[in-house]
Amino acid sequence: MFSFNYHRPESLEAALALASAGEDARLLAGGQTLIPTLKQRLASPSDLIDLAGVPALRDIVREADVLRIGAMVRHADVAASKVVREAIPALAELAGLIGDPAVRHRGTLGGSIANNDPSADYPAALLALDATVETDRRHIAAEDFFLGLFETALEPGEIVTAVAFPVGARGAYEKFPNPASRYAMAGVFVARGEGRVRVAVTGAAQGGVFRWSEAEAALETDFTVEALVGLALPAHDMIADIHGTGAYRAHLAAVMARRAVERLLGEVG
Amino acid sequence: MPLLSMTVNGAAVTAEIDIRMLLVDFLREELRLTGTHVGCDTSQCGACTVHMDGEAVKACAVLAVQAEGARILTIEGVGTLAQLHPMQEAFREHHGLQCGFCTPGMIMAGIDISRRHGTELEVATVRSELEGNICRCTGYHNIVTAIISGARAMGDASATSHAAE
Ligand SMILES: Cc1cc2nc3c(=O)[nH]c(=O)nc-3n(C[C@H](O)[C@H](O)[C@H](O)COP(=O)(O)OP(=O)(O)OC[C@H]3O[C@@H](n4cnc5c(N)ncnc54)[C@H](O)[C@@H]3O)c2cc1C
Ligand code: FES
Ligand code: FES
Repeated sequence: MFSFNYHRPESLEAALALASAGEDARLLAGGQTLIPTLKQRLASPSDLIDLAGVPALRDIVREADVLRIGAMVRHADVAASKVVREAIPALAELAGLIGDPAVRHRGTLGGSIANNDPSADYPAALLALDATVETDRRHIAAEDFFLGLFETALEPGEIVTAVAFPVGARGAYEKFPNPASRYAMAGVFVARGEGRVRVAVTGAAQGGVFRWSEAEAALETDFTVEALVGLALPAHDMIADIHGTGAYRAHLAAVMARRAVERLLGEVG
Repeated sequence: MPLLSMTVNGAAVTAEIDIRMLLVDFLREELRLTGTHVGCDTSQCGACTVHMDGEAVKACAVLAVQAEGARILTIEGVGTLAQLHPMQEAFREHHGLQCGFCTPGMIMAGIDISRRHGTELEVATVRSELEGNICRCTGYHNIVTAIISGARAMGDASATSHAAE
């Protein structure tokens, strides 16, 4: 690890000031990605700004039709939250599938989406539920937030403060975890609202999370598992590595989509 | 060098450390609490599992400075030689180990599983909860049995101590 300055500001304003002052400052959330990255010397920030001291980023608040989860809320908190379970049960369930218990005790919503790992779980939920990423300076629709492999719309020094999830749609997430890492080999979040269906796929594609619009159109016409028969994702766009070929991942994603629809129809589980 | 303060196994600890020091290295090298092991150093194996403010974390993925002001519990702090913790006793009783390298992390994870899931545990629960703890020797069967039994004993122990109060 290269050396750095460490700060633990107690307000968002102080964090922002540090983020713009440091020549190469990095925000630190739970550190579940960033600390390993520093250990491997893949990053050498001049300053680490630990957001752990900013209490405002830890709230989970339910307003009438919005569930707002602070950026520093940990996966374990989302999984255990009664408020989340009542508002969007599938989101609590998704959080409980991330990594292992010790990772869930540190890893955060903000860190996960800012990192935008192509195999991370949360991005699928944000995209399918039509969530809004709130930062210190603007609101960004999930659609516009995830740009590609480890790439988001965040500007340098911009801090994610919360994610606002509309409440109302019913959701289901089905994940096929990599047996070794537990990251998604393919994860599909299906959300069904008034007349609208959104299907988001994570873990499978080279470009990261994406909406499967053919499946959405088919399910809007006919919300059945049969509606998905014959739809296929392009294998050449999928991740191909030692864990599986592109064709395998395309197939897995379709299977996860069917399972999510089945679950929403109450046919299983 | 920053001055660091935290509570480790109930005792207040203060030390000057290198800002880059990991929590696991602080425990092992500064405090000589070598029960917390380093297996993979890549967040996969759980040999470094300790409790931070009452919750299991991987000490190889936490900077020591992030634990400023925190309450840390390591394997050295869960029981005594005269009186093992019920979870330690259960690992002994059910032979939940071969080489023992993963054992401290397994025990810290086991106590944490019981904290969250109660003292009556299902095999499937324990197996899925152990996702972040790797054992190269045992095939897990005895570890799972030990954790189920240890959790039950933790329930009995707290029932007895409440009765005694
Ligand atoms: C063993 C293991 C298994 C895992 N399995 C899974 C899995 O199955 N599914 C999954 O989705 N994830 C998985 N993860 C990742 C985990 O979900 C973490 O949440 C993720 O690594 C992000 O970590 P963090 O929240 O601790 O953020 P950090 O590591 O602290 O930060 C990550 C990045 O986000 C930036 N950042 C952090 N907070 C903010 C903010 N508020 N605003 C702007 N930028 C910010 C940081 O600067 C950094 O670049 C796994 C991790 C490990 C170690
Ligand atoms: S040494 Fe920390 S998880 Fe393996
Ligand atoms: S007993 Fe040897 S690694 Fe688990």
